[in-house]
Amino acid sequence: MKELIIRNLRGALEAVSEITAEVLPRLLAMAIIVLAGWFVAWMIEVILRRLLVLARVNRLFESRGVTRALSGAALPSPADMISRVVFWAVWMSFILVGVNALGIVALQREVSDFVALLPQFIVAFLIIFFGFVAANFFSRAALLAAVNANSRSPRLFSSFVRFLILLFAVTMALERIGLGRGVVLVAFAVSFGAIMMGLAIAFGLGGRHVARRILERRFPASGTEEEEDKDEEGSHL
Amino acid sequence: MGEVDILVGVPTLNNRGTIQRVVDAILVGLVKYYPRERTVLINPDGGSKDGTTEAVQAASIPDFRAVLAADPLRTMHVVSTRYPGVQGQSGALRTILAAADLLGAKACALISPDLESMTPGWIDALIQPVLKDNLDFVSPVYQRRRFDGLLVKNMLQPLVRAAYGWRIEEPVGRELAFSGRLAAHFLGQDSGREDFPGLGANAWLTTVAMAAGYRVSQSFLGPRVGASRRSELDLNTTIQEVAGAVFRCMELHEAYWTSRQESQDIPTFGFEPGLELDPVRIDRKRMLQMFRSGVDQLSSVLEKILSAPTLQAIQEVSGQEEKQFHFPDELWTKTVYEFASSYHRSVINRDHLLQALTPLYRGRVSSFILENARAGTQEVEGKMESLRKEYERLKPYLIESWTGKREVSHEGTDH
Repeated sequence: MKELIIRNLRGALEAVSEITAEVLPRLLAMAIIVLAGWFVAWMIEVILRRLLVLARVNRLFESRGVTRALSGAALPSPADMISRVVFWAVWMSFILVGVNALGIVALQREVSDFVALLPQFIVAFLIIFFGFVAANFFSRAALLAAVNANSRSPRLFSSFVRFLILLFAVTMALERIGLGRGVVLVAFAVSFGAIMMGLAIAFGLGGRHVARRILERRFPASGTEEEEDKDEEGSHL
Repeated sequence: MGEVDILVGVPTLNNRGTIQRVVDAILVGLVKYYPRERTVLINPDGGSKDGTTEAVQAASIPDFRAVLAADPLRTMHVVSTRYPGVQGQSGALRTILAAADLLGAKACALISPDLESMTPGWIDALIQPVLKDNLDFVSPVYQRRRFDGLLVKNMLQPLVRAAYGWRIEEPVGRELAFSGRLAAHFLGQDSGREDFPGLGANAWLTTVAMAAGYRVSQSFLGPRVGASRRSELDLNTTIQEVAGAVFRCMELHEAYWTSRQESQDIPTFGFEPGLELDPVRIDRKRMLQMFRSGVDQLSSVLEKILSAPTLQAIQEVSGQEEKQFHFPDELWTKTVYEFASSYHRSVINRDHLLQALTPLYRGRVSSFILENARAGTQEVEGKMESLRKEYERLKPYLIESWTGKREVSHEGTDH
């Protein structure tokens, strides 16, 4: 009985040591590839950023209005954006190679599936990127409109707008890569309704006078009715 | 129609309530002061649906025919036309300038359609310096109450005076006159004109005339009462239109104004009545509260626009007690200059930047009203003059910020 237990334990230990001897070098190889990949990606990012700055890429984009759009959306300069995207692309490639080096069939299948999905991921990334751009832009617009309309909680309102737009972008990106399509569909419906409500509130708070002017221009009064809001604070012009 | 001597442009859009009076005043003015000149009134309309154009066409004055009969050489035409393209001041302005060029007008006047206080004398006050004194541009000088035209007094007038170097009272005057040759120059500036919505077009006209080296003057018109008084909640739109237009003009004329040194007087016509007008009611407490709220809530936006010392000073001002509240001239001037520079460098979306200026302007106005609560018109004018001098003193600061020699935003270093 005792010998049987010892034999089984020895067998198990031998199996573990065999697996460890087989997997550990691969794990180490993966770690080295991933770390080396990070270093290479970082080097490329630093060099590329300096080259782009030297090449006055920011100025080039500035004249085309790209810098204004990015700064308007509280995003970094074009040189920073390009170098960061290149960093992540290079490092992701090394990570995939590292995962492949593990030699685990199931993981390799996942990696090949991932590579097949790469175009969808790129589209999803773009959706999230533009979602961020839109979220930053509209949340700031909402903040300014709320402050100038003397609203009680401008930051809360601004955060709400930002959250809705980001939620919308993320659900669209998830739908693009095929994750939880049913949930995404429901989330879309909910988000869309919520965004419309947010926009209605934003317009109601910040633009009711604009709306009134538009309506007055569209449907002018026949007489010379006085404006409802009296100018109580003097004139500015 | 042939050639004309005087062209008066009145752009309209649903101004049925006031247009009859304005057109009558123009026609009387033309008949009374320029009986021998050939004149035309051009009314570019943006698509009024309240009978504005019909009112313009129907305008007539009782002794009009008698004067015409007494001087058969004179001609007077009234033309209403729908201008092409989108609604707005720039489309109407293009129509007026094109008509002036086509008809070879010697003098042109631009009159706002919403005036309630216009008299026939305004036509002479505007046209005479062009037609008889050979000047190219006539800006209005309105009779102001103490707290009237606060944006003009605290920002537009001192900024334009310091930058362009001409002591013009109304850089966004709504009643203007200019010579035929200047009209042709305006017409040739297509790239700039389309950028200016609403009243911004008037700032463009004024600054183009100065930057192009034309002879600029101004003429007293009297008190200006408009029918479409913009409410306080429209302040944001007003600042976007006029402050945005002045900043944009500074970009267009950078080479001109950065080389100008001290300001000079311009010829001024007419006489300024010493009459004190009734004071205007101001809700100062609400403005102060909105300033404080704006500084508190918009810190993340303001730090992209203003330098660290300026933002810190504004935050300190915001924390002052109501009775001691004081927004100093120097701080306000630096604030305006840094906004102009950040606008030029597009540190954030330009509409957002101009919206962020509104709460700070409220703070400045609140301080101005508190300090001048018991002051007379002359005393207020003295303080305004010292503000204008402060703008001029700090012009090197503007040039350094504008050209990037001084980092403006928080993200950089303030030297």
